[in-house]
Amino acid sequence: MTTAAPPKSARTVSGAVARGYEGPGAGLEAALESGLTREEYERIVERLGRSPRSLELGLFGAMWSEHCSYKSSRLHLARFPTESPRVLEGPGENAGAVAIGEGLAAVFKVESHNHPTYIEPYQGAATGVGGILRDVFTMGARPVALMNSLRFGPLTDPKNRALLTGAVAGIANYGNSMGIPTVGGEVAFEACYAKNPLVNAFALGIAPADRIFRARAERAGDPVFCVGAKTGRDGIHGASMASAEFGEDAEAKRPTVQVGDPFLEKLLLEACLELMRGDALAAVQDMGAAGLTCSTAETAARGGLGIEMELDLVPRRERGMTGYELMLSESQERMLLVVRTGFEDEVRRVFTKWDLDAVPIGGVTDDGLLRVRQSGLSVAAVPCRILTDDAPAYDRPAETPGWWPEPEVAASDLPEPVDWNEAVLCLAGSPGLASRRWVYEQYDHMVRSDTLARPGADAGVVRIKGKRLALAMSLDGNSRYTARDPRRGGTLAVCDGFRNLAAVGALPVGATNCLNFGNPEKPRVMWRFRNVVEGMREALEAFSVPITGGNVSFYNETEGEGVFPTPVVGMVGILEDAGTLVVQHFRAAGDLLFLAGAPPGDTMGASEYLKVFHRRTDGRPPRPDLDAELRLAGFLRKAARRGLSRSAKDISEGGLLQALVESVFAPDGARCGAAIDLELSSSPLAALFGEAPARALVSVRRRDADALARVAERAEVALARVGIVGGEDLNVRINGARAIRLGGDALWDAFGHGLARAVQGTP
Amino acid sequence: MRRTRFAVLVFPGTNCEGDVLHAIRTVIRQDAELVWHKEGSLDGFDAAVVPGGFAHGDYLRAGSLARFSPVMTPLAEMAASGRAVVGICNGFQILQEAGLLPGAMLRNRSLTYVCRDVWLRAEDRSSPLTAALDEGEVLRIPVGHAEGNFHVSDAALAALEDRGQVLFRYCDAAGRASGAANPNGSRNHIAGVRNERGNVAALMPHPDRAYEPALGGTDGVRLFESLARWNAS
Amino acid sequence: MSGGTSVFGVRVLVRLRPSVYDPQGETIRRALDAVPGLEAEAVRQGKMFELEVRAADAAEARARAETIARRALANPVLEDFTVEGP
Repeated sequence: MTTAAPPKSARTVSGAVARGYEGPGAGLEAALESGLTREEYERIVERLGRSPRSLELGLFGAMWSEHCSYKSSRLHLARFPTESPRVLEGPGENAGAVAIGEGLAAVFKVESHNHPTYIEPYQGAATGVGGILRDVFTMGARPVALMNSLRFGPLTDPKNRALLTGAVAGIANYGNSMGIPTVGGEVAFEACYAKNPLVNAFALGIAPADRIFRARAERAGDPVFCVGAKTGRDGIHGASMASAEFGEDAEAKRPTVQVGDPFLEKLLLEACLELMRGDALAAVQDMGAAGLTCSTAETAARGGLGIEMELDLVPRRERGMTGYELMLSESQERMLLVVRTGFEDEVRRVFTKWDLDAVPIGGVTDDGLLRVRQSGLSVAAVPCRILTDDAPAYDRPAETPGWWPEPEVAASDLPEPVDWNEAVLCLAGSPGLASRRWVYEQYDHMVRSDTLARPGADAGVVRIKGKRLALAMSLDGNSRYTARDPRRGGTLAVCDGFRNLAAVGALPVGATNCLNFGNPEKPRVMWRFRNVVEGMREALEAFSVPITGGNVSFYNETEGEGVFPTPVVGMVGILEDAGTLVVQHFRAAGDLLFLAGAPPGDTMGASEYLKVFHRRTDGRPPRPDLDAELRLAGFLRKAARRGLSRSAKDISEGGLLQALVESVFAPDGARCGAAIDLELSSSPLAALFGEAPARALVSVRRRDADALARVAERAEVALARVGIVGGEDLNVRINGARAIRLGGDALWDAFGHGLARAVQGTP
Repeated sequence: MRRTRFAVLVFPGTNCEGDVLHAIRTVIRQDAELVWHKEGSLDGFDAAVVPGGFAHGDYLRAGSLARFSPVMTPLAEMAASGRAVVGICNGFQILQEAGLLPGAMLRNRSLTYVCRDVWLRAEDRSSPLTAALDEGEVLRIPVGHAEGNFHVSDAALAALEDRGQVLFRYCDAAGRASGAANPNGSRNHIAGVRNERGNVAALMPHPDRAYEPALGGTDGVRLFESLARWNAS
Repeated sequence: MSGGTSVFGVRVLVRLRPSVYDPQGETIRRALDAVPGLEAEAVRQGKMFELEVRAADAAEARARAETIARRALANPVLEDFTVEGP
């Protein structure tokens, strides 16, 4: 190994050499500046048996940050169920892995990229996609689907429109360039996200079940390679940025933004997957937050080993980079490979084919230390396990807010709309409920020619060529619910995903989650966090769905203003036979329409209706009923398997009416209306716009109606015939009187174009 | 009858090669092999398809850097020899940058990537993409691109139209070409063209995403049937 | 038109800051490297804008262009700019 000459591109960067940042230095003062507390500093000194040196302190500052160590959330996340016979890899690896049959595994995870997005929406959101894709392909899986969950401030403000437009374009460019379809997701708008937008990206890949790669060094002496992009000063402080609130100086933090290169990542993906077909690799780890530091320490610690490296060998793009900058850079599209001794040339050959750098920077050792040298001098030598496992785990105090418990909002206490037609159009065209077409038409959702259910459906569905099965996935969370009742909201987020998968006919096999919250040091934020986790846990256990990984994003606060507690649940399910997939749009005139599930109740709390017509986000969300959800899901899957359901649509935000509107429009532009006849003894408001869970709309051929009724009866699910499919219009009669009559054109004008108008500022 | 052997070119950043390969093998049951862009020869192949994607990241201009790849030399020879050379989406842009097809692509009028089904009307049958179609046949096929706004000078446009080199136009479901049906703002609603000789042809929409009912459409099959028929004749 | 002003042509060059990664430039450089005679040691890609602004004199036109560049043409997160002319 010779000392590398300065890399080509660094030699030729124009302009003055930026003076490198050496880090905060050593000692308590410097520790505080790195975001560590006095107690944490003392803990480091005690564990090390000495004071950390300058670079070492920088490593701790990153590794013990909230972002990397989950110090405020670990104790609570441990409550999630994480096991099932299908789970091949649970939380702790780059992504979770679940056996899906036919010798395959689904590898998936959702992760936030909130803070970078506020600073630079295009690059922030794009690099979020890049990061989650690397998490998936480091496991040896070829990514086959993407989804994303977005939260922005109201589109009435041009600034929010610009943030949304930038983030969507960034996501589109990255995912599209990679050739991975974006098959689903969600977008929601609330004032609390204006200064704290949320971007959560989900990726799913497929791998042979017996060839899952792990980030675990296995043998001392194996060389460690740095591959992919060169290292620059991108994202220095990224991990600590994500672990602090934004003050007014967010502008000043701007230079830390990373720039994504989807083309380079595509090459990296192909090179890694090509290498993974052979035996060259012992371990693979993405360089994400805290870059080289986190990837080396974690890979070594998981194997109970150490890693030593020479920083002079790290390929770089800029001159004058300090050890601190090299160790903490978050330059994108880089990976750490531990190569089995003897396979070095194989690695070089494959990476050369793909025009990529693959440079040995060190090797695995048996002393358990992360040893860093620069120009031959030792600049850090710290036990890997102290960096990765010894960060404190806080049981932060929680305090019930004074306003709790939240009162219910009864439909019977609200005025009925003067004009029901107008009410339906107004809701269906509102930014919260209008078709997400403006967003997903910017995403390539058809590349790979495996997409069976396109975005806009309850769940995205992809097939696997040559296999019988298909995979369904959904990404859900309603933060208005969690804001007013964190526990119910957490439960309902899981219920929604569970029901969405059942609607397409899929059996959930695993879930991932991203928990977006404010400052965990605030007891009221912590109260919300604990309750959301508890609510989710209840539902996950009831449904036997394990969590296989995820991400917590705290400190989504700017100038003291925090976001609604926002859990986002990504659920993955399987259809054993892709041919049994049920679509959500009505299919043919004459089909009968049924409403399955519990009665709608009388609650309108935290509903879209309340928000749009009364500008209120208050009120307790509807009460979850886990048993009813299980029965409904069983019924929906059985009806799908037996080929009875022609369409199925879960009822959630916007209620029954919104579900009907969405069912009218097929992805190919075809329209099929319905005539509905409801017999109601309670408030029509709750029946039409209420968001009571555990309900779904199902259409069947007339001749299958009796069979469907028998399936429902056996599943103990109430089934009511509510209408008939046909025409292009949506007609609703209530107790025999005409209440709603809307033409397909008027509906499409509102629902199909509502979001584009709001984004263009021309509602 | 001997099967046609298709080369499906793969540049760094190409991402629709698997779709094209799968469609050729399963829809028209012909032979197809992936060919890496560093190959200097296309010996043994009867025809070539340049699939969609983002060759070289679409950096500089879509398709522009691909023309420096070694495989472009035998590809140009294949075109000159009269064998079929076909481009889809990014493949269209690459063939334009290589000078094998006329025109250039501007960014979409919307300035955004557009992924959705569009309607196409077949205009000319003398190409490997249209040989099996009826003139005026209307097809529903998805697009997925950010730079598909076909542009040529007025004179070149008139010449293209005169010589019947326009293969497809964006239209509505009834076959009427119109601005509202045009997803990118292309001149004369052009979606696909051929060279004068008729052996090099390309289109922006993706027949490789509409070849089975499960994918939401099967009209792409008609274009693959054309490929098979043109090569068999 | 308006008294005592005229139109000045000004050119604004927007480029990525030196420490910001330029995937496009780097990819172009790599592609050029593969072709004998087209090698370049480094490529950085930027944008060029030609503005026509109405102002009383050249200095005012330049100041106007600088304001336009700072507030609209360049993204301060990633880019620097220079103004040429009039």
